[in-house]
Amino acid sequence: MNRPSETAEKSENIKFMQGNDVCAEAALYAGVEFFAGYPITPSTEIAEQMAARLPLHGGKFMQMEDEISSICAIIGASLTGHKVMTATSGPGFSLMQEALGYAIMAEIPCVIVNVMRGGPSTGLPTHVGQGDVNQARYGAHGDHAIIALTASNHQDIFRMTVEAFNFAETYRTPVILLLDEGTGHLREKVSIPDPGELPLVKRLRTAVRNGVDYHPYLPREDGRLPMSDFGDQHRYNVTGLYHDMWGFPSENPKIVYGLIRHLVDKIENNSHQIARFRKYHVKDADILLISYGAAARSALHLVENRRRRGEKLGLLELQTLWPFPGEIVKDACKNVKFAIVVEMNMGQVLEQVRLSVDAPEKIFLANRIDGELITPTDIRNIKRVIQGKGT
Amino acid sequence: MRKKQYSGHKIERSWCKGCGICVAFCPKQVLELDAEGKVSVARPQDCICCQMCELRCPDLAIEVICDETGMGDGHE
Amino acid sequence: MAVKAYIRQRFFPHMWCPGCGHGIILNALLRAVESLGLNKQDIVMVSGIGCSARISGYVDFHSMHTLHGRALAFATGIKMSKPELNVIVPMGDGDALAIGGNHFIHAARRNIEMTAIVMNNRIYGMTGGQFSPLSAHGSMGTTAPYGNVDHDFDVVELAAAAGATFVARTTTYHVHELADLIAQAIRHKGFSVLEVLSQCPTHYGRRNRLGDAVDILKMYKNNTVRVGSDKKRENPDLIERGVFVKKEIGEYCREYDRLIARARGES
Repeated sequence: MNRPSETAEKSENIKFMQGNDVCAEAALYAGVEFFAGYPITPSTEIAEQMAARLPLHGGKFMQMEDEISSICAIIGASLTGHKVMTATSGPGFSLMQEALGYAIMAEIPCVIVNVMRGGPSTGLPTHVGQGDVNQARYGAHGDHAIIALTASNHQDIFRMTVEAFNFAETYRTPVILLLDEGTGHLREKVSIPDPGELPLVKRLRTAVRNGVDYHPYLPREDGRLPMSDFGDQHRYNVTGLYHDMWGFPSENPKIVYGLIRHLVDKIENNSHQIARFRKYHVKDADILLISYGAAARSALHLVENRRRRGEKLGLLELQTLWPFPGEIVKDACKNVKFAIVVEMNMGQVLEQVRLSVDAPEKIFLANRIDGELITPTDIRNIKRVIQGKGT
Repeated sequence: MRKKQYSGHKIERSWCKGCGICVAFCPKQVLELDAEGKVSVARPQDCICCQMCELRCPDLAIEVICDETGMGDGHE
Repeated sequence: MAVKAYIRQRFFPHMWCPGCGHGIILNALLRAVESLGLNKQDIVMVSGIGCSARISGYVDFHSMHTLHGRALAFATGIKMSKPELNVIVPMGDGDALAIGGNHFIHAARRNIEMTAIVMNNRIYGMTGGQFSPLSAHGSMGTTAPYGNVDHDFDVVELAAAAGATFVARTTTYHVHELADLIAQAIRHKGFSVLEVLSQCPTHYGRRNRLGDAVDILKMYKNNTVRVGSDKKRENPDLIERGVFVKKEIGEYCREYDRLIARARGES
């Protein structure tokens, strides 16, 4: 171990940035080559960073006519073999749902950032909210599975952005990065990892030679589907219809059944590999907070504060929201007196936690839905009510 | 101008849907629809190799085989 | 037939109705591609949803069958990320000018090098004959049982106003012209729009008593005229065919390459 020099090297890469800029920085680190987007508060800084930075890397930025065309354009660009991303917020995310379903069905890797604000509708453009957790999961029509990640601090925004690209390539699927206005516009320091420090998953391309039958939609034994770029030797079809292993439309019940099972299973059966989380004092906790995103900052503050006073408070911070890491939540709640889900919506993750644990009656909610960041005091007050101590 | 020598129609019977466009617009009334409603070559001797039936066929079911003669450059 | 080398023969006979003009457009498109000597690998066909959109399944190019109205948006991502590809986007009435109208005008405004072929059969065929933004005022459709109160777009005027740098129109009767204009549109270095008056004998023809496919083609023969012809002055109701706009301004992908060079201080 070479700590001093490592630290010296590191210090050169410390930056003071806002969360949206960190996300853009991490996307470049992950190798994004194409970004299409439409300005919307509070995500616009990501597009601005991309407009400035991508050309320097030989990449391309496009400002499209709306969010629908933005996601469609990145799906098209992914098919030519590039890593792609778009960024938006609630109203734009709503517009993207149809094409999100297309990317799921056609198994096209892409990253969609949703910097959440207050909703529904135009809602609270400049205020924080976490109300899109369920939309990320269920927004596209039809049965499907989805990967959605989040983060509460800039170091983790960097990591989870890179993970989003890695999962998109590994599972050949769109990945949603659910940031929020709280972290997106917050400025704090971040240490930019050196090249090679975080593993990057490359596009898996087929080794099938020209003239040999290539099956773009036939999974390998490990479940992965090697791709061939548009413009390369293999010509195949891509469609949002149910399709056979060559990508041609099919209404054969066996093919339809096999495809929907594949689309769901490739994600749900790998939920352990996809689960990302942080545990703070969970092992001996009497009371457990479960939180994510900006809300988890206040939860962590309270935990550290109360621990200093000997209170056995812990925090499970979720970074993978979908597929929901039910086993991890269940395990963390096993020995606690009760748990409080801390979030800025009306209980979207609370519902999942209650479905996951043995004793749902011991799971409570501490939330704010007024556009203001939930504070450690808010959480503490609710905890005291649950404990019968009044506020 | 190159001259074209007619040597036959190639019909994909299973592709033909019998819309009658080829029959209606053939300048020499070479084609007819048969009892099954598919295109058939009734008067091949009258074909002048204009290939309009081939070009207008919505089903890609007709090909007029014509041999190039005279000042052909070898390009089909 | 040489053009058979460009199709996926196992899917024939195709699913279009007898006499459908879309098959004639496919026919001409294959001849255009053949005449240009393009490699199948170098062509991407992106389509939307509807009768017209099924065309992408029949061609042996890279093919993408996308969402209703969004074909140009997907195609934009493909072209921008790999400009060396020839991107052809056939669209129906709805794809091009109803649900996809916004993408249509913005693709034209950007002047990104793609070939948009508007297969105008004046009706929504796949859903069973509802009026479209290209259905004539007063025409009949299942959702216009008392006659269409909407007015239709003039595709050529719209495309030209939106900034398309190649705009042309022809019909499925004029097949030599059709293949030639498709080839010109593909060759054009910019956003090209070709409106093809196609026929839907099953829905538009039947509901509007226009007769069968042959009758509609005869109508196109008789009620259209080459652009600039004197006949148009005598009879203003004639529809003009030919090239309406052909100009060279900076193409989007090349403009972006220059932007990259500027950003990197290389120019």
